[in-house]
Order: sequence, then C-alpha cells, then structure tokens
Amino acid sequence: MILARVTGSLTSADKDLELVGYKLLVVQPLGLDDAADGEELIAVDRVDAGVGDKVLVVKEGNAARQITGRDRVPLQAVVVGVVDHVDWLAGEER
Amino acid sequence: MHFARVLGPLVATAKIPSLRGYRLSWIEPTDARGRPLGGPLVAVDTRQYGPGEWVYFVTSREASLPLRDPFCAVDAAIVGKVDHVDLEDGISTSGAPGAAARTR
Repeated sequence: MILARVTGSLTSADKDLELVGYKLLVVQPLGLDDAADGEELIAVDRVDAGVGDKVLVVKEGNAARQITGRDRVPLQAVVVGVVDHVDWLAGEER
Repeated sequence: MHFARVLGPLVATAKIPSLRGYRLSWIEPTDARGRPLGGPLVAVDTRQYGPGEWVYFVTSREASLPLRDPFCAVDAAIVGKVDHVDLEDGISTSGAPGAAARTR
C-alpha cells in the first residue's frame, strides 16, 4: 500500500459495466515529507474519502477484486483508509 | 487507472485469435489536467472511443478482465471515458481540448 493525497474526483458516465456504482478519486502518491511522488492515478473510494485527505491506497488488482467482491472488475487501485497520522523518524534520526 | 487521450484507431489484420474482434487504439497517457505525458501505447478498447476523447485505462493483468477471455494476451485496456475532473484547486477539467486525429 502507498500513502497518497486525494486531489480530485472524476465524473465518468460511460464506463465498463463492472465499474458502475463506484466513486472514482484522483490521488497523488506521496513520498517522504508528503512530497508528490510520481503521476496521479485514479482509484476507487471505499472509505468516503474527500479532496485533501491523506489516504491509504492499495495498488493491486487481486486486492481490488476481493474488496469489491466483483471478480472481473478492471481495477488496480482502491482507497482503503483515511490516514490520521504517521509517526516516523524524520530528518537526522533516520 | 490512468488518464489518456485517444490518438486514433490501430489496424492489425494478422493477430492472435484471442484478440480478434477487438478494437485497438493508440493512446497517450495524460495527467489529471489532460496534459500529455508522452510514452504512447496501444490499448484494447471495448467501448468504441474515438480520436481526441479523454479516457482512462488499466494495465497489466486487469486489462484482460473486460474481454471475453480473461487470460487474453493484452496489457492495457480502456475502461471508461472522462466527463470531467474536479480538482482541489477549483479547476474542473473537461475532456475538451481534443487532439486532432492523425494518421501515421
């Protein structure tokens, strides 16, 4: 799983039938110090996350299929948690 | 899933049996604002999107799931069309700036 920040939401009326009914979010993967790390990606939201939230994203298709209960859902990223805080060794402690 | 712009259809008459009957499109990934990122690729399109349309796609194993044969030899598939993206800075991006169809 990775940490990411929700930067937007995606509206899409025309999509694969297996994706119908899911809220799609745009998330920005985060590196150290919450800096953007890599390109934004589209993830299904399962925890009612909102724009600005720091979230936990699982990037694995099999996990996505288990979470949605749809074994043919063409999906690779799911928001599975809203992060309250992360305790970690910053700066010179590392 | 990732954003992409459809560049245009791709025709391949000779192809493996599990790919027969599917439309192939050449697409270029974009960011969430529709800016092109380079690195174009070919994706299966089960939903008949045209050149210039802003879509999103899945890669790797999940790309074969929209197809009849879930073990089909594909690694990218378009799964939906972007109507608009609401971003945190208040910018709402539609799929408007369509790239003109090109033939190469």
